[in-house]
Amino acid sequence: MKIIPASDSSLLVVFGEAITKETEGRVIALFHALQARQDDRIRNLHPGYVSLLVDFDPLAVTHQEVGTIIESAVQTGQSAASIDPEVVAIPVCYDAEFGPDLADVAAHTGRSTDEVIRMHSSATYRVCFLGFTAGFAYLGGMPEALHTPRLATPRRAVAAGSVGIAGGQTGIYPTETPGGWRLIGRTPLRMFDPQADPPTRVQAGDRVRFSSIDRITFEKLVQGHS
Amino acid sequence: MTIRVVKPGLLTTVQDRGRYGYAHLGISPAGAADGLSLRIANLLVGNAESAPALEMTLLGATLEFDEPAIIAVCGANCEGMMNGAAIGNNTPVEARAGNVLRCGSTTDRARCYLAVQGGFDVPVVMGSASTDIRGRFGGHEGRRLQTGDVLRVRKANQTRTRRLRADAFDVLQRTGPIRVTRGAQNDWFTADAFARFLTSTYTVSEQSDRAGLRLKGEAISTRDAKQLLTDGIPLGAIQVPQGGQPIILFVDQQTTGGYPKIANVIAADMHRIGQLRPRDEVRFNKVSMADAIEAVRAQERWLKDIFIAA
Repeated sequence: MKIIPASDSSLLVVFGEAITKETEGRVIALFHALQARQDDRIRNLHPGYVSLLVDFDPLAVTHQEVGTIIESAVQTGQSAASIDPEVVAIPVCYDAEFGPDLADVAAHTGRSTDEVIRMHSSATYRVCFLGFTAGFAYLGGMPEALHTPRLATPRRAVAAGSVGIAGGQTGIYPTETPGGWRLIGRTPLRMFDPQADPPTRVQAGDRVRFSSIDRITFEKLVQGHS
Repeated sequence: MTIRVVKPGLLTTVQDRGRYGYAHLGISPAGAADGLSLRIANLLVGNAESAPALEMTLLGATLEFDEPAIIAVCGANCEGMMNGAAIGNNTPVEARAGNVLRCGSTTDRARCYLAVQGGFDVPVVMGSASTDIRGRFGGHEGRRLQTGDVLRVRKANQTRTRRLRADAFDVLQRTGPIRVTRGAQNDWFTADAFARFLTSTYTVSEQSDRAGLRLKGEAISTRDAKQLLTDGIPLGAIQVPQGGQPIILFVDQQTTGGYPKIANVIAADMHRIGQLRPRDEVRFNKVSMADAIEAVRAQERWLKDIFIAA
């Protein structure tokens, strides 16, 4: 573990140089341990693939003090790491209208679209971190057979709830934004609601499972949430 | 009381000092791009320094008051006129019922702030009144102001105003290089590349906004082509994408990113980033972490020392 000063108000804790389950686990353990402290001198925590950025109020606390807090949180985090993560079920409709790139993913991976859907909805994913936009979860654990590069030209607008693939990652667009991931389906669930507490359906450290639903179920669930 | 938006200006939003504690959900701090001017504007009218105020960008708004109000405009000079009479920046001003305040184009910097005694009455979302433009929440209906919007103002708890000491203005108009510390991936760049970054003059590109200021100038490249695994981005990080043109990540930034960060703007100079306009020139000066911390502490002492009772 390395602790690097990233700015006059932050430290970057780096656990390794490659994405492994071990480094991911250590990032999440430290994230949870620091969250549990509710130290208001620490303003923000940004988990990444192999690192955690700890942003603090430089008028309230020094780099050295935050470094000590981090080292002690690493100890408590390790002992708490065995706690079972929350598994969040997310229904996805893989209809061609919602998954305009499903056929491309099938072609690229040499599978049928049904096989792509079956594989995508049978894995358990790890929420590595949220970033890009409010509530956008980067999910690890997609079967290697589904890896597909992102679009050469991003779309100007991707609908909220769209489920996409980019390289070895999969994720869900929580709000309508531009985006370059290959879209294979859409969830009727609202992934981000600024008025809700918590405002996002998942957070770093959770597990996610997708279940394939048909169009009628999708429409029913959309109505149930509006 | 209420204030009606007669003309919204180019980009006017409700902002406070920002939304903290939600970066792990992908939520950027938002908040005033020039937090120092926001705080001063609030303090002049007797508000808490973090009260919600208006941030106006390049071209200010025209606003009509339905009841008497005490306001202050700080930050860039937008040649504000109250019913046709010039009002100065950095001083409390009385608006009468029916008065119209017209803010024009900013003449010197990018943004001006309008605080009103009592503060703007908008819902607090995740602990902040700031508008998150991309996320469409916070502030007034989660968006920039439009013609016809009616903004509610809270009743003030107290009506004492303050004035600025005359010698406070020099600091507010400070020019010269923006001070930076080394970024988290500074060692990805050769000493030579970092030196070139520090000796070059960059121009702020037109493709700049509250999320990031794109700079044009000397291209900087990393030692080798290794890719960074997406990590957290501190406010004011200066990242260098493949093209080598640096980007200063700012208040509406993404919370994570995949480009190496060569340097980071110090907290005490963050307000100056919020005042840069497209085509402005910018240079950087590297300071030690200890100097950066001392600078932000000195700024807080200065802020406590510049007011006199009105």
